Amino acid sequence: MSAVATGVKKFINEPADVVKESLAGLGLAHRDLVRIDLENQLVLRRAAPVSGKVALVSGGGSGHEPLHGGFVGKGMLDAACPGEVFTSPVPDQMLAATKAVDGGAGVIHIVKNYTGDVMNFKLAAELAEDEGIHVESVLTNDDVAVEDSLYTAGRRGVGVTVLVEKIAGARAEAGGSLAEVADVARKANERGRSFGVALTSCATPAAGAPTFDIGPDEMEFGVGIHGEPGRRREKIRSAAEIVEEMADAVLGDLKPADGASLLAFVNGLGGTPALELYLVYNELAKQLDRRGLTASRSLVGNYITSLEMAGVSITLLELDDELTALWDAPVHTPALRWGV
Amino acid sequence: MEGRTSVDAGTVRQWLQAAAESLREQRDYLTQLDAAIGDADHGANMDRGFSAVVEKLQGLDGAPGKLLTTAGSTLVSTVGGASGPLWGTALRRAGRALGDANEFGGADLADALDAALTGVVELGAAQEGDKTMVDALAPAVRALRSKLEAGGDLAAALAAARAAGEEGMRATTPLQASKGRASYLGERSIGHQDPGATSTALIIAALEHSLTARS
Repeated sequence: MSAVATGVKKFINEPADVVKESLAGLGLAHRDLVRIDLENQLVLRRAAPVSGKVALVSGGGSGHEPLHGGFVGKGMLDAACPGEVFTSPVPDQMLAATKAVDGGAGVIHIVKNYTGDVMNFKLAAELAEDEGIHVESVLTNDDVAVEDSLYTAGRRGVGVTVLVEKIAGARAEAGGSLAEVADVARKANERGRSFGVALTSCATPAAGAPTFDIGPDEMEFGVGIHGEPGRRREKIRSAAEIVEEMADAVLGDLKPADGASLLAFVNGLGGTPALELYLVYNELAKQLDRRGLTASRSLVGNYITSLEMAGVSITLLELDDELTALWDAPVHTPALRWGV
Repeated sequence: MEGRTSVDAGTVRQWLQAAAESLREQRDYLTQLDAAIGDADHGANMDRGFSAVVEKLQGLDGAPGKLLTTAGSTLVSTVGGASGPLWGTALRRAGRALGDANEFGGADLADALDAALTGVVELGAAQEGDKTMVDALAPAVRALRSKLEAGGDLAAALAAARAAGEEGMRATTPLQASKGRASYLGERSIGHQDPGATSTALIIAALEHSLTARS
C-alpha cells in the first residue's frame, strides 16, 4: 500500500500511453466533430481542410485539457498538436497538422509563450514555408505573474489562449484573410491579462507524485499551468481576499478604459469544483463593480488546466464591438459550443 | 588514448551511445533538478531523445558529419520541449561543420563544437550566466580549444573540456535564471543547479569517455 499512499492515483494503463489513449477517446466521443491522426498525434477538424478558409493550428504539452484538442471544430481550431504531458510537441507534428488543414488561404499557428513551444513552432513554420504554405505565428503571453523583461523568457501564455482561439476562429470562419485573422488574434492577446493561484500541486503520469510540495494551509500565488512554482508561497486567505489581489494584479496591468466592457473568464486548473469557481466569479463581479467595470461576457469552467491541480486563474479581456461579435459567433467543438 | 589524434565514425557512435546510457542512468536525477525550477520532464525527454538516436543510427552508415546531422534531426523529431530543438540544432550544426570527412582531428572537433554552440546561442538567445546549457557548453568548448592550442593532445583537451563543463554546470547553482522556464521563478531559481547544464556536462563527459574507450 505504501506506493499508493505516497503516489497520486490516476486512471491510466501505462504512463507512456496516456496521451494517445486519451486522444483515441476524444475521437470516439466526438466523431461528428473531430478525427484523430494517432500516428502523428493530431486532432483534426472533421471537415478539414476547409477550402479557402484560413486554418488555425495550435498545440502544446498535454495536461491542459480540454485545451487544445477540445477546441477543434467549427468556429475555432482546425487542428491541435498535443505533445507529451507538459512537453511541447515536435515540429514534425506541427508540420503534419499544417499540411492536413491548409485550405489554400494560409495557416495561423497560435503559440503559447514558452521556450520549447516557441522553438518547435518556429522550426515547423520554416518547414511549412519550404513547402509553400504561408504561416503566421501568433504568440499568447498574458500571465501578469511573470515580469516581462530582459531577464525572463517573457510572460507565459495562459488563459487568454482559449479566448484568442475562439475569437480568431470566428474571424477565420467568417472569411477573414490570413493577415486579418492574425491581426484580430494579436489584438485579443494584447487586450487580455491573466493571473493564477494554486492550492495543491499536480502530478504528471510519468512521475506519479506531486511536482511540488505545498502545505495544507498554503497557496502558490502566481502559479503557471505546468506545476512550475509561482512567484511566492503564502498562507491561504478567504476567497474574497485572494480574488481582490488577483483582480488588482490583472487590472493594474491591463489598465482598461473607464467603464470598459470586459470578458471575464474564471478558469479552473483541474481540481477545483464548479461550486468554488462560481464563488470566485461572484467575488470577481464585486471587484469589477467596485471599479466601475462591467463583465458583459463571461466564461466559467475548466478550460485550460494543469492536470489535477486545485486552483483557479482569472483572465480579463477588454472587449470592443468587433471582439464581442466574434466571441458571440457560433462555435461547435467538444468543449465549447453555442449558437448552433 | 596515448597518441590518438583523430576521431572517426566509430567514435561518434560510441559518443552518442555513451551519452544515451549516461542520460538514462541520470534520468531521475535530471528530472528532480527540473522539478525544482522547471516542469519535471528533462530526464524523460533527454532519455527518450538519445534512445531514439541510438536506435536510428543502428545500421546507418556514413561519415561522422552525417551521423551527427541524423542524430540532430532525430532529437528535433522526438524530444519536444526546448531541449529537443536546442540539442538537435547543436548536433546538426556540428555535423554540417564536419562535412564529409571520414576522420578529423582536434581542431576540427573544436570547430564543430563551436558551430554547435553558435547554433544553440542563436536559437535560444541565451548567453553565459543565464543559467542554461550554455553555461556548461561554452566553457567546455573554450577549454578544448585552448588546451589544443597549448599543444595538448586530444585526450588531454577532452579531459579539460569535461572538467570545464562540469565546473560550469556547478557554477549555475548560485545564478538567477533569465532564460527558459526557470526564469519565471526570478530569485527563487537561485540555489538550484540547472538541469540543462547538467545534461550538457554529461554529454561532454561521454565524448571524453568514448575516445578513452577506443584507445
